[in-house]
Amino acid sequence: MADPIAPRRVPHLVPRPVQDYARLAWTWTRTAFQYPAGLALMTTGVVLSVVAEFGAVLVVFWRAGELAGFSMAEGMVVYGLAAAAFGTADLLMGNVERLGERIRSGELDTMLVRPVSPLVQMATDDFSPRRLGKILPALGILAAGLWWAAPEWTAGKALVFAVLMVSGVVICASVWLVGACLQFFVADAREAANSVTYGGQALTEYPLAVYGQGIVRAVTFTVPLAFVSWQPVLYVLDRPDPTGLPDALRFAGPAVAVLAAAVAALAWRTGLRHYRSTGS
Amino acid sequence: MTTEEHTARAMVEAVGIGRDFTVAEGRFPRRVKRVVPAVRSIDLTVRPGEIVACLGPNGAGKSSTMKMLTGILSPTRGSLRVAGLEPSRRRTTLARRIGVVFGQRTGLWWDLPLRDSLELTRHLYRVPAAEHAHRYAELTELLELGPFLSTPVRQLSLGQRMRGDLTAALLHNPRLLVLDEPTIGLDVVSKATIRSFLARLNREEGTTILLTTHDLGDVERLCERVVVIDRGSVAFDGGLDGLRARDPGSDIETVVAGLYRDGAARP
Ligand SMILES: Nc1ncnc2c1ncn2[C@@H]1O[C@H](COP(=O)(O)OP(=O)(O)OP(=O)(O)O)[C@@H](O)[C@H]1O
Ligand SMILES: [Mg+2]
Repeated sequence: MADPIAPRRVPHLVPRPVQDYARLAWTWTRTAFQYPAGLALMTTGVVLSVVAEFGAVLVVFWRAGELAGFSMAEGMVVYGLAAAAFGTADLLMGNVERLGERIRSGELDTMLVRPVSPLVQMATDDFSPRRLGKILPALGILAAGLWWAAPEWTAGKALVFAVLMVSGVVICASVWLVGACLQFFVADAREAANSVTYGGQALTEYPLAVYGQGIVRAVTFTVPLAFVSWQPVLYVLDRPDPTGLPDALRFAGPAVAVLAAAVAALAWRTGLRHYRSTGS
Repeated sequence: MTTEEHTARAMVEAVGIGRDFTVAEGRFPRRVKRVVPAVRSIDLTVRPGEIVACLGPNGAGKSSTMKMLTGILSPTRGSLRVAGLEPSRRRTTLARRIGVVFGQRTGLWWDLPLRDSLELTRHLYRVPAAEHAHRYAELTELLELGPFLSTPVRQLSLGQRMRGDLTAALLHNPRLLVLDEPTIGLDVVSKATIRSFLARLNREEGTTILLTTHDLGDVERLCERVVVIDRGSVAFDGGLDGLRARDPGSDIETVVAGLYRDGAARP
């Protein structure tokens, strides 16, 4: 070999981390399908949890008729959008919450000596299509809610809505990653992080007006989760903001997403720099 | 070829590298931080084609040194180049040039059959298919992986897993192989297989090998050069003969044990 030390250069259009992500996710998906019974059981579990959550939302609306001026159809849109964004972020990045385990078991060390971003490896490890069991029903609920609430659609509106949805996924994934990065610094931060993400999820599932202005303002500005579901819903339903925040905020989703992703990337880099492996 | 690679005459060039850990001790109100130097200062140069063994008592800092060399840990002090790169800054690029095996853990995926694990490794290292087929056939034969290629990694015995790990670390034909306790927990036969494989790899392909071990058999069978690390510093660096010559009357184990004790007696 002429120059054995030189790295191999393979021309490619798709960025390397994306290729690696696809390769790893595909490998795990294939593995999951080798145990179809287990996969079916776990998927059923996920679907049931969505049904239970959505059931709770329905019961609340059914008893109250409407909440803070929001009809049941609109409530379905809020729930469906939140659940779909969380589900997708969970599918793509959910496994990073096991960072602490990976550090303790030394698996992170082995990931660091492979020529693949450890973030990609962590996110795809044990990647499972069972999480579609959350995304698909949530999208169904969203579609049904939109059909029932029947807002006026234009091509531009559909496009903006799609962008807001993608931003929502990015925001969820970023919040998730920041929470996971705490585990670089604190041994048992997983609980703390879960209160941010799962607690946050419960918050986004009801129209935010239910919680009162103070909380809503706090949530909109501190935890950017309001941009996952609440603000996009106000946009798509052409609603004035019942808490009196400026209407322009509903277009802030993409900017918040970029900002959240930047913070997450910084947290990850800082965490890796401070990584100290384990003693054995 | 870049100038970076031209100047890379040594595979490993470490000058005064050290690593401190800050550990907190005691219960909450009285928690105090203390700096533990896992590695004080190590000078180590490994030239292409060498096999070097690192010996040293438990806690001497061997694994921490290997982690710095592979880019897992960033050194607190000193300057370090491995295969022409600064490991902690260029970790991913370095990973393509070196092979790493930690005897205590596995670089394979627990739930995948060995064959799939190796196939995945090939893709992640972007080894061209033809080259892979050739190397894969060669390595499976030399390390006798045939019988358990379709077994999930978690069901492999330690010796089988270690052979699988070595294969995974070598598929991309690295010029430097870093092994942390590659023979830990293996029986005599497995040890012999791995030792003769490593010797052959070094002899026929010129692969540079840096390993840590507690087994003097590894050293006697494989290495010309021994580095004894004690309490984070190099206590001996030289040929096996030089080590023997320190105390001609006694066997090699006694000499090494004496080195460890010498270290312990230092202030
Ligand atoms: N992540 C860490 N945090 C705190 N201390 C650590 C860490 N890693 C290593 N140490 C300490 O650094 C010292 C050197 O550890 P290291 O694992 O490098 O030793 P070693 O030579 O590989 O030992 P052994 O032969 O037992 O494997 C030990 O005192 C250990 O407690
Ligand atoms: Mg060790």
